[in-house]
Amino acid sequence: MDMHHPLSTPSTGPDADSRVTGDHKERLIVVGNGMAGMRTVEELLAKAPGRYDITVFGAEPHPNYNRIMLSPVLAGEKTFDQIVLNSRAWYEENGITLLTGEAVESIDRAARTVTSMGGRVLGYDRLLLATGSMPFIIPVPGSTLPGVVGFRDLADVDAMLAAAAKGGRAVVIGGGLLGLEAANGLRVKGMEVTVIHLMPTLMERQLDPSAGTLLQRELERRGIEVLTGADTAEILGGTGVEAVRLKDGRELPADLVVMAVGIRPNMALGKAAGLDCGRGIRVDDAMRTSDPAVFAVGECVEHRGLTYGLVAPLFEMAKVLADALAGGEGAGYAGSVTSTKLKVTGVDVFSAGDFSGGEGTEDIVFRDAARGVYKRLVLKDGRLLGAVLYGDTKDGGWYFSLLKDGTELGAERDTMIFGQGFGGADAGNPKAAVAALPDSAEICGCNGVCKGTIVQAITGKGLTSLDEVRAHTKASASCGTCTGTVETLLAVTLGDAFKAAPTVKPMCKCTAHSHDAVRAAIVAQDLRTMPDVFQALEWTTPNGCASCRPALNYYLLCAWPGEYVDDYQSRYINERAHANIQKDGTYSVVPRMWGGLTSASELRAIADVVDKFAIPTVKVTGGQRIDLFGVKKEDLPAVWADLNAAGMVSGHAYAKGLRTVKTCVGSEWCRFGTQDSTGLGVKLEKLTWGTWTPHKVKLAVSGCPRNCAEATIKDLGVVCVDSGYELHVGGNGGLHVRACDFLVKVATEEEVFEYTGAFMQLYREEARYLERTAPWVERVGLDHIKAALVDDPEGRRALNARFVFSQTFSQDDPWAERATKGVDRHEFSLLAEVG
Amino acid sequence: MDQIIAWTPVGTLDDIPVLGSRVVRTPNGKVALFRTAEDEVFALEDRCPHKNGPLSQGIVHGRRVTCPLHNWVIDLATGEAVAPDEGRAGHIPVRVEGRAIAIALDLATHASGGCKGACHV
Ligand code: SRM
Ligand SMILES: Cc1cc2nc3c(=O)[nH]c(=O)nc-3n(C[C@H](O)[C@H](O)[C@H](O)COP(=O)(O)OP(=O)(O)OC[C@H]3O[C@@H](n4cnc5c(N)ncnc54)[C@H](O)[C@@H]3O)c2cc1C
Ligand code: SF4
Ligand code: FES
Repeated sequence: MDMHHPLSTPSTGPDADSRVTGDHKERLIVVGNGMAGMRTVEELLAKAPGRYDITVFGAEPHPNYNRIMLSPVLAGEKTFDQIVLNSRAWYEENGITLLTGEAVESIDRAARTVTSMGGRVLGYDRLLLATGSMPFIIPVPGSTLPGVVGFRDLADVDAMLAAAAKGGRAVVIGGGLLGLEAANGLRVKGMEVTVIHLMPTLMERQLDPSAGTLLQRELERRGIEVLTGADTAEILGGTGVEAVRLKDGRELPADLVVMAVGIRPNMALGKAAGLDCGRGIRVDDAMRTSDPAVFAVGECVEHRGLTYGLVAPLFEMAKVLADALAGGEGAGYAGSVTSTKLKVTGVDVFSAGDFSGGEGTEDIVFRDAARGVYKRLVLKDGRLLGAVLYGDTKDGGWYFSLLKDGTELGAERDTMIFGQGFGGADAGNPKAAVAALPDSAEICGCNGVCKGTIVQAITGKGLTSLDEVRAHTKASASCGTCTGTVETLLAVTLGDAFKAAPTVKPMCKCTAHSHDAVRAAIVAQDLRTMPDVFQALEWTTPNGCASCRPALNYYLLCAWPGEYVDDYQSRYINERAHANIQKDGTYSVVPRMWGGLTSASELRAIADVVDKFAIPTVKVTGGQRIDLFGVKKEDLPAVWADLNAAGMVSGHAYAKGLRTVKTCVGSEWCRFGTQDSTGLGVKLEKLTWGTWTPHKVKLAVSGCPRNCAEATIKDLGVVCVDSGYELHVGGNGGLHVRACDFLVKVATEEEVFEYTGAFMQLYREEARYLERTAPWVERVGLDHIKAALVDDPEGRRALNARFVFSQTFSQDDPWAERATKGVDRHEFSLLAEVG
Repeated sequence: MDQIIAWTPVGTLDDIPVLGSRVVRTPNGKVALFRTAEDEVFALEDRCPHKNGPLSQGIVHGRRVTCPLHNWVIDLATGEAVAPDEGRAGHIPVRVEGRAIAIALDLATHASGGCKGACHV
């Protein structure tokens, strides 16, 4: 490497160069608004803020985005908005002029100007080429037909999604990383997908044949057809693609052809400007081209004879280059060793280094067919040379650092195939494994962030969340595969602080107080309004947030029944509109059907409403009633008026309150029924409807232990038996199914009512907002509930009395108030219609 | 700057509940008007940058609104999503004179644009 100052030009020498002349800053033009170019700019801003007057040209019409994540966008796992790296506002805030949709067409190195497609001519002092690469399109006949796309940018993804929306068949040419991610995405989007691959096994450059074959089987299991050893002869079609013909004569029908056979560095601009080019634009270790005023970075460069196609090396280049541009004298870029991961959800593939075998190498192989795991390590002279992992990639990072560092393996050799931390007391414990990693272990491959850096950031800057770690270190901010490890690292580093967190967990960011502390203070300090609470408990925000306000509103309502005035703007939209918002902004309407009973006149009224308001979907719910979906918000009051007229009221399907009481037919009709379970269910629903609770509450009554009403996975379930009623509490379906705990058996319906009211009130008074009975019972323990309800009859009666009292204020049909009494009229009408 | 701005009257401050929102229908889609506790009024396109959730149906707090569908928090003054989420809802200049509210539809900045609230009058 030459010994000049990285920014110096051979003709001017270090000191004459790159000085700010007068009040005019040096102008840096960046061609290419992609991952390498913008990472360089980010690093440069961090190192030498304000040093350059920066202009960025981007051929794509978007701000800078995480190209890696185009695969999840294609598969529908992320939206474009979620992968934007720097918003336009960011460019503005940093004083960068961003010209999108404007490719640079030529460079005049003598005049130091660039000319863009639109004819704009701008002068530079430093020019940075970061033009990336282009998909290689194999020049077979038909390769330019509409319907043939590459997989490189958002436009390609949009084209694929548009094709996928019509269904049909896709042929992906190329069974490498990009091709397989494209194939998976298109398959997920419902297309019939065939991958054609020239070589005998998939991803042959990254995987050995064993892993390649396992991968092929997995993809086939997902419905993707894979043809290996298949060579494309021609793409057939008229106005668009129709089929792909292989050299062996087979024809594969296709509505979309994705070419993913490789990439070519995008060096045309540099070449035309007379820069020294090989496979890419040639750069030295300071990322300088043959013209000292022109730099290049990313996939468009050739460095020491190599080109790269993954972000990790590009980010290393960016760092070095930013150093140089900032006037520092960094170590220079010496090339990178890379590792590969496939981003197909549910398929874990990792590879690094050289695993072609050969003289003097030794293989260690591990297979676990039942778990679908295959691992192969290639060693030479007691050091790791290559690694291929399929099905279990959690040790990829560890192997990769052993490999990069050329660590002498010694005794570790014998057990390393089982992963890090094997044999120790904590084998198989991911926390222990992460804790055991040395500080130098690389955690995030994309951004080259090692454990030490993350731990330092966590302790030094007091970070407590994944997002903060991402923001400060960039770890897990690119391809995301290391997210789990970063989270474990947070847990390990924060240790007790992390574990202790839940017990003193504040309600939200607006306060340091926990839910329980706030509730206690409301009663103890006699706080009767929300502003009282904000003031007394020193809220840090003027009017709370969307998380604490609904909780406080509930706590106050529960503490001061009949007195506290409900705060309308602190309720979620469902509880404001008394209907459930749907993903398209319409609402659903669920009238109450007491105990699951209905009648001809109710059904007739529902049918009429459906016709009258052209309601698109009518569904029987899992809660034994009928849901009308797709009602326009403006129509809600009129819909309710008609339902009210037929005697129906709100079913509170939207409320943190009593939802349904499911019943079975019971003794009235069923040959096994022991009691009138339907009738009891109706009575329980009449008792409990309209209440507000920390989370939703569902009851059920089954007529015998066959339990057709699923009473034992409800918040409170009654199972009728010959001698009375068994009460079960604290169950729910949902994400974590929990069967109820048996509470008590009683003899009469009156006792059922008293226990129900008391249980509801205990839950109302003790649980945290948005905590259902199941987690609440688990948290406080069944013994606590029994002590309050079963062992203390007086306490039970008092709880029930408080419940009954609070119900006197809550059993007004909210629909009737809005349908005919004009309550909250503004909610259901437009402010204005203009234009 | 000298510029003739076409202000469209849409109602009065009293039409919007404090910490609430109302919707104006325009030829280019719905616009949500928000009123803060300090009686500031902001207007955004009624579409969340995440999945087009109707921001008008969210909970307003401080100078922000939380989207009703998946809880993204949007800055009312800029339309920008609060980190870690990224995206921007288009926003529309608002003028409050006395209690009368008017909006400048021609100056709407769409989700892809960027004015960072500087044009808020
Ligand atoms: C309509 C319905 C599905 C259906 O077509 O059958 C339904 C639909 C919804 N359920 Fe449900 N659930 C419905 C019965 C159930 C059941 C079955 C039951 O009640 O026996 C369960 C499991 C039982 C349980 O709750 O323990 C159920 C467990 C959930 C959960 C998980 C709760 C949990 O504690 O884990 C959620 C999520 C939540 O509440 O946070 C949920 C949330 C939802 C929401 C509200 C999602 C949302 O936030 O938008 C859905 C909107 C309904 C709407 O727009 O009208 N739904 N949901 C059922 C309405 C029942 C009713 O008549 O009111
Ligand atoms: C679908 C997909 C998945 C990937 N997955 C991974 C992965 O999992 N891990 C990984 O490490 N890497 C992955 N990569 C590769 C990674 O995205 C690239 O290595 C990286 O984006 C290259 O950065 P770059 O800046 O060199 O090029 P780019 O990000 O492509 O940026 C170059 C930009 O320059 C613009 N440009 C070109 N010419 C001009 C001009 N004349 N004027 C103005 N602008 C111009 C282009 O439009 C482009 O926006 C993936 C790539 C794709 C496409
Ligand atoms: S199961 Fe999921 S998708 Fe179905 S209604 Fe319930 S919440 Fe919606
Ligand atoms: S649509 Fe607004 S948060 Fe998802």
